Amino acid sequence: MMENNNLEKTILYKNHICLNAKMVNFCGFYMPLQYTSSLEEHMAVRKKSGIFDVSHMGKFILCGKNTIKLMQYLTTNDLLKIKIGQAQYNCLINNNGGIIDDLVIYKISEEKLLLIVNAINIEKNKNWINYYINKYHYDDINLIDLSKKYSLLAIQGPLSLSYVQNLTNISLDKIPFYHFKIGKFSGFEKIFISCTGYTGSKGLEIYVPNEKTEKIWNDILEIGKNKIIPCGIASRNSLRLEMGYRLYGQDICEDTTPIEAGLSWITKFEKEFIGKKILQEQKKKIRKHKKFISFIIDEKGKIPRKGYPLMDDNDNVIGNVTSGSFSPVLKKGIGLGYLWNNYKVNSVFLSIRNKVIPVKLVKLPFIKLNN
Amino acid sequence: MSLDNLKYSKNHEWVGFEVQNKKSKMAYVGITSFAQKELGDIVYLDIDSNIIGKKIQKEAVFGTIEAVKTVSDLFMPVSGIIIKINEKLISKPEIINNYSYEKNWMIKIEILFIEEYDKLMSLEEYNQYTQNSI
Repeated sequence: MMENNNLEKTILYKNHICLNAKMVNFCGFYMPLQYTSSLEEHMAVRKKSGIFDVSHMGKFILCGKNTIKLMQYLTTNDLLKIKIGQAQYNCLINNNGGIIDDLVIYKISEEKLLLIVNAINIEKNKNWINYYINKYHYDDINLIDLSKKYSLLAIQGPLSLSYVQNLTNISLDKIPFYHFKIGKFSGFEKIFISCTGYTGSKGLEIYVPNEKTEKIWNDILEIGKNKIIPCGIASRNSLRLEMGYRLYGQDICEDTTPIEAGLSWITKFEKEFIGKKILQEQKKKIRKHKKFISFIIDEKGKIPRKGYPLMDDNDNVIGNVTSGSFSPVLKKGIGLGYLWNNYKVNSVFLSIRNKVIPVKLVKLPFIKLNN
Repeated sequence: MSLDNLKYSKNHEWVGFEVQNKKSKMAYVGITSFAQKELGDIVYLDIDSNIIGKKIQKEAVFGTIEAVKTVSDLFMPVSGIIIKINEKLISKPEIINNYSYEKNWMIKIEILFIEEYDKLMSLEEYNQYTQNSI
């Protein structure tokens, strides 16, 4: 691809080039799309192990006495429900209940949180949080943006933990899902290791200061030789879609509320937060809203794609696809989308290049894993 | 089968003849390795069997190809009558990922206007074209 000087590079850019990765613009970064085959990379994560450089993700430390109080007000999930050492999937929302970003929040202490946000929303989130710090005169709260100082490596797949166990003295299989530990890794002290990921398969995410990243990446590839394969964002997308994980900018945005996006499970009405009233009205169905759906296409060779129209049985367009792909595990097309009105329909059809075919509405995740 | 005298279209299809049959109007059409790499892993090839026997104009769509991440139409590099579809490729489209011209022809056609073939790019021209196209 032609050099685009406006694009950022992760610390591992040269390593990806040396591994013959196909590099693309993703969220303003040069990112590896795939190294050899996105199908092989997908199946490696489902069956063994793969490693992703996802250093483009935004990383904020938020600290100060009132940190949790502020974040309780700006997000929908309940931060009081997690303990120190635990992480939580959450949404930052606006006054209309629209999703500003979906993020993972780690509770490092009662006064210190780590926020992992989407790369495209780094500046927006920073401005939003800082606006409320100023508005409520929370002079004790500091937002520190570590996005450019830290890298993020995700080692995903059922055998990942056993492959990298020898690089650390932490018992990796003792870290519960959505918990983290800080300890020695690859000879470095104080490395932040969490049992989280965006693939649905068991695995780790490791937050590393930039200067230590290349050694850790190389050590993992060395210890995982022929076992842990580098994976790009193409397989990351098909993996997250098989689990039905929403992608910001496609499946959710500021015009989508957590209720509409099927994220009621991270919307806790027993606490006060911005936009609560609107979400409550949607939940009680006294306010019109769109409806999130997930579906499979049984017909061979038909794959839904973002933007394809969804229709009712009278050929009226009633919605659209927001994410779609081939599922390497199901070997079928799978998709996420919205019906624009939350009314009952008997059946939903998909229009693919002027052909109309039925879709099978299913519950998420599309696949069941034995993690 | 071994193909020769391959020429290339701007839409990343090639046209070639069987080696022993260079001056015949019967030709084979497939997509280039460049196109395959751009698409990524190919999972489906959709060419409707009712196009057999039909005349299809240059640059009209004769089928679609689905990769994991995207979909692309397949365009006729020259006008022609569709003689045959490569059924092996329809049933096992993943073989397109292991690139080889001989196995990976998609359709056999009878070229209607040989001038259209003559105007397509040579390999050298095509390589130049793909280097400048992204």
